[in-house]
Amino acid sequence: MFVSYKWLQEYVDLSGVTPAELAEKITKSGIEVEGVEVLNEGIKGVVVGHVLEREQHPNADKLNKCLVDTGADEPVQIICGAPNVDKGQMVAVATVGAVLPGNFKIKRAKLRGEESNGMICSLQELGIESKLVAKEYSEGIYVFPGDVEVGQDAIVQLNRDDQVLELGLTPNRSDCLSMLGVAYEVAAILGREVKLPEPQVETTSEKASDYIDVQVEAKEDNPLYVAKVIKNVEVGPSPVWMQARLMAAGIRPHNNVVDVTNYILLEYGQPLHAFDYDRLGSKEILVRRAKDGEVIVTLDDAKRELTSDHLLITNGSEPIALAGVMGGANSEVQSDTKTVLIESAYFKGATVRKASKDHGLRSEASSRFEKGVDPNRVRDAAERAAQLLAEYAGGEVLEGSVEADSLQVEPAVVSVTLEKINRVLGTELSMKEVEEIFARLQFETAVDNDTITVTVPTRRGDITIEEDLIEEVGRLYGYDNLKSTLPVGASTPGHLTEYQNKRRLVRRYLEGAGLYQAVTYSLTNEAKATQYALEERKPVQLAMPMSEDRSLLRLSIVPQLLEVLKYNSARQNDSLAVYETGAVFLSNGDEELPEEREHLAGAVTGLWQSHPWQGEKKPVDFYVVKGILEGLFDKLGLSGKVAFRQIEKAGMHPGRTAEVLLSGNSVGFVGQVHPTVEKELDLKETYVFELSLKAILEAEVAPLQYEAIPRFPSITRDIALVVDNGAAAGELEAIIKEAGGKLLKDVHVFDLYEGEHMEPGKKSIAFSLKYFDPERTLTDEDVTKAHDKVLDAVKEKAGAVLRG
Amino acid sequence: MQERLKELQTEALEKISTAADLKELNDIRVSYLGKKGPITEALKGMGKLSAEERPKMGALANEVRDSIAAGIEEKQKHLEEAAVQEKLAAEKIDVTLPGRPVKTGNHHPLTRIIEEIEDLFIGMGYTVAEGPEVEKDYYNFEALNLPKGHPARDMQDSFYITEEILLRTHTSPVQARTMEKHEGKGPVKIICPGKVYRRDNDDATHSHQFMQIEGLVVDENIRMTDLKGTLEVFAKKMFGEDREIRLRPSFFPFTEPSVEMDISCKICGGKGCSVCKGTGWIEILGAGMVHPNVLEMAGFDSKKYTGFAFGMGPERIAMLKYGVDDIRHFYTNDVRFLKQFSIHE
Ligand SMILES: [Zn+2]
Repeated sequence: MFVSYKWLQEYVDLSGVTPAELAEKITKSGIEVEGVEVLNEGIKGVVVGHVLEREQHPNADKLNKCLVDTGADEPVQIICGAPNVDKGQMVAVATVGAVLPGNFKIKRAKLRGEESNGMICSLQELGIESKLVAKEYSEGIYVFPGDVEVGQDAIVQLNRDDQVLELGLTPNRSDCLSMLGVAYEVAAILGREVKLPEPQVETTSEKASDYIDVQVEAKEDNPLYVAKVIKNVEVGPSPVWMQARLMAAGIRPHNNVVDVTNYILLEYGQPLHAFDYDRLGSKEILVRRAKDGEVIVTLDDAKRELTSDHLLITNGSEPIALAGVMGGANSEVQSDTKTVLIESAYFKGATVRKASKDHGLRSEASSRFEKGVDPNRVRDAAERAAQLLAEYAGGEVLEGSVEADSLQVEPAVVSVTLEKINRVLGTELSMKEVEEIFARLQFETAVDNDTITVTVPTRRGDITIEEDLIEEVGRLYGYDNLKSTLPVGASTPGHLTEYQNKRRLVRRYLEGAGLYQAVTYSLTNEAKATQYALEERKPVQLAMPMSEDRSLLRLSIVPQLLEVLKYNSARQNDSLAVYETGAVFLSNGDEELPEEREHLAGAVTGLWQSHPWQGEKKPVDFYVVKGILEGLFDKLGLSGKVAFRQIEKAGMHPGRTAEVLLSGNSVGFVGQVHPTVEKELDLKETYVFELSLKAILEAEVAPLQYEAIPRFPSITRDIALVVDNGAAAGELEAIIKEAGGKLLKDVHVFDLYEGEHMEPGKKSIAFSLKYFDPERTLTDEDVTKAHDKVLDAVKEKAGAVLRG
Repeated sequence: MQERLKELQTEALEKISTAADLKELNDIRVSYLGKKGPITEALKGMGKLSAEERPKMGALANEVRDSIAAGIEEKQKHLEEAAVQEKLAAEKIDVTLPGRPVKTGNHHPLTRIIEEIEDLFIGMGYTVAEGPEVEKDYYNFEALNLPKGHPARDMQDSFYITEEILLRTHTSPVQARTMEKHEGKGPVKIICPGKVYRRDNDDATHSHQFMQIEGLVVDENIRMTDLKGTLEVFAKKMFGEDREIRLRPSFFPFTEPSVEMDISCKICGGKGCSVCKGTGWIEILGAGMVHPNVLEMAGFDSKKYTGFAFGMGPERIAMLKYGVDDIRHFYTNDVRFLKQFSIHE
């Protein structure tokens, strides 16, 4: 809502409060003022001029040579390119030395050999948006309709010496979609009076009811319909001040009839519609739901097909307006209109919303109906419109109005105790202070002991419960005046859950290991949603996606991370390591919420380590990424429960991918991205992993227990085993561990040989075995006994031969 | 004989002093002090001496031997030191060459903001509550006093999966779920961070996916002054001690009264600039006293219990705090962007 400061002054005394101060006060007590526009900012030296002479420029077809009286000693010659300039007009002249918006300075000039001393202005040149300029002036200069004198400040005459406050209204404050609503608010803030317009109209002896009959069939959609009839109307321009106020509020002036309806919309917040009475085609208004398939041609000449959801104003048979949304072309007010029927009605918000949504017609009028108009202003607004049409369109108002009224209006009556007000706000207000605040709002109150009962005016439909009253008290008391305290009462220990703590640990570990945390989108396209998923499940699909690329929820994070690598790689960062923790979504069918599982994924590409001047350049390989994961499992106390098993997985290198098993259950994978995928994404050799973080963090971990530092030496035996090329070191290790018994404390691979000195199809893997007994020093015999078992086992179970 | 010994001493010491390396010195040792060396030779003639002279000559011979040995030892020490010096000189490196980089990553700026806020509130007795990103319409809207057809649902145009299931538009459903779990018994003190989704076209200031972090306190006698005090602690910790805050009335369906919190603009110090759109204030978060309908729907007696809630966008906070100018940076994950948040302030 745009609020003209000058206009607002008609209802509330604003003396001593500048527009900027007013904006600040309004913002602090309830409605955010998003900006204050100074309408005449950057304009200087524009006066009213009288065009004394106009003739064709001798050297240019499209220019006019004008002699203009600007109130100076002598009339001046001005060259003007506007097609509508003519002798006798009163116009706005930017004289030599004037400044127009955009710091455009007017200088004496010669145009095609003729001197020009200033500029005759269009409204656009005076800083008014094109879309707000009335059609008649949109292609040329502005012409004052009358009642101005030469030499006057043209900006003042145009009512542009004003400032406009832009209110950012929250949905509950639709009462401030009207100047009167804003006036009540401002009066309450300033503690001043509200002066309401008091429409007084002389009426003819003829009665409106002689002209029209109003019937409402759809009473629930339209509980109140008021029709007034004004005859002998002269359609023409509305007065300058009215046009100025409309433009300040962002509405383009049309003619006096339309402008009056819009003016009332702004003043009362009540949308009106003006019909050309003589074009109604009957003497009857019937409000009813449309029939399915019924058609109306609206003011914008669009043919609109209707359903029974839509409410129609009809002449008894034919539609003449889509209620609350737009009038029909058949009954539109035109330049020759003589008799006007003004409709002021209360339409149900939801009904109007449905129609405006279905037909894509959101307007100042429809949005007010949608939010709910004040039922007690419907009649006043109609009266006020009649008054203005009598004054500014020369109309004669027929006596009375014709109504269909089934509206039950009961003002809300809400009670609250002083104790509750103070308890919620943390204040120590007295009842007197509270009463005074409601008095400022012009709410009626009654006090009984500690309880105050408030009768809420219908204009404030947002107030229905005691908390609403508490808010009114709080905001007008001023939140600045509240003390600052902290909650008292039972103390609660603040902490992260074990899961949350571990998640942070995982992040810190990976960051320490060299990976950057990424955050990517959950919504993705069909191909990526399921690619690299840990489990084959249906992805969750949006009912109405905004685009193909954001239409399903991801089942895997890896595709998103590959996007990240691709993006960076294309920007000269082709060595990069990233990880992400986040939910993936597994559908449980349409009735149930999907399962959300937190995953951990990582992607590493290009060089892992490089120290160029020392000649070190180590690209990432499988074991780098596996090592990171092993370190992570170690940190989480899971290393004894984790195993890696060779698998093949779509999109992954068939020979370089492992499934990660936790206590024998698959919890994810790690490996190289398939070279064709790498090529598609233009990536260097790239390794990824994705794990169910949930499974890992919820796995049972033995409690931390101190283990004595060994007092006895350990004995190490190294063995080199010759096995088939395809044999897995992990399996050999498992056999060794099992056979080694409790004396075997540690096994690790220290050498791998697959060279020319081997029999074809064989390789040698060397293990280092550490034997240890916490109770005593081991003898050679003890170790040999255990070690022999190991050698037997590897031979028997894996066909491994000791390398000679 | 005495002369011969003196002669040998002079000769040996002379050779020692000119010895160039340890090998030469060792040769000298062997040739003078060895069993077949000249001193031993000279002493063979001792038999011819008188009994009186014999010990004297023995003492002299020892003296000469010791003197040569000492000379050798000293020279050896000297040569060894020189050798070490030489070795070290040869080992000199250029200390200005770059060190071997330690590979590190860091957390995403949004995680950084969220964890900072979590920790601040954990310190004030809050726990961190999380909930599903795909929600029931009931928890996302209805339980928060946004019944079907409520106009404020427009404010948060949503991604629906079915009529009853959608991507949550805020983290408030976590509040509703947590309150429900408390079965009408306070206190509830939680902070809820997480991803949320709205039907917005991605541009410099909008993102269809973004983060939110909300707080909720429900107990007997929770006052609006408690909300103000809590937000003040938060704002000063997050944005600096010198920052002023103001509460402005606002509207949210789930709180009543509702407020928005502004902090004084750091750039212009409150005078007004382009960042604060000339107002001197920057909007940070929305808050309010929990609406009685929300309390009742979650099973709390709104006559006995009151509460406050607040919610904010980590993106907005990061943008203000670090001067980030485009929300899309947070989701593009350009490493040149991510790297900048590794410094620990
Ligand atoms: Zn500023």
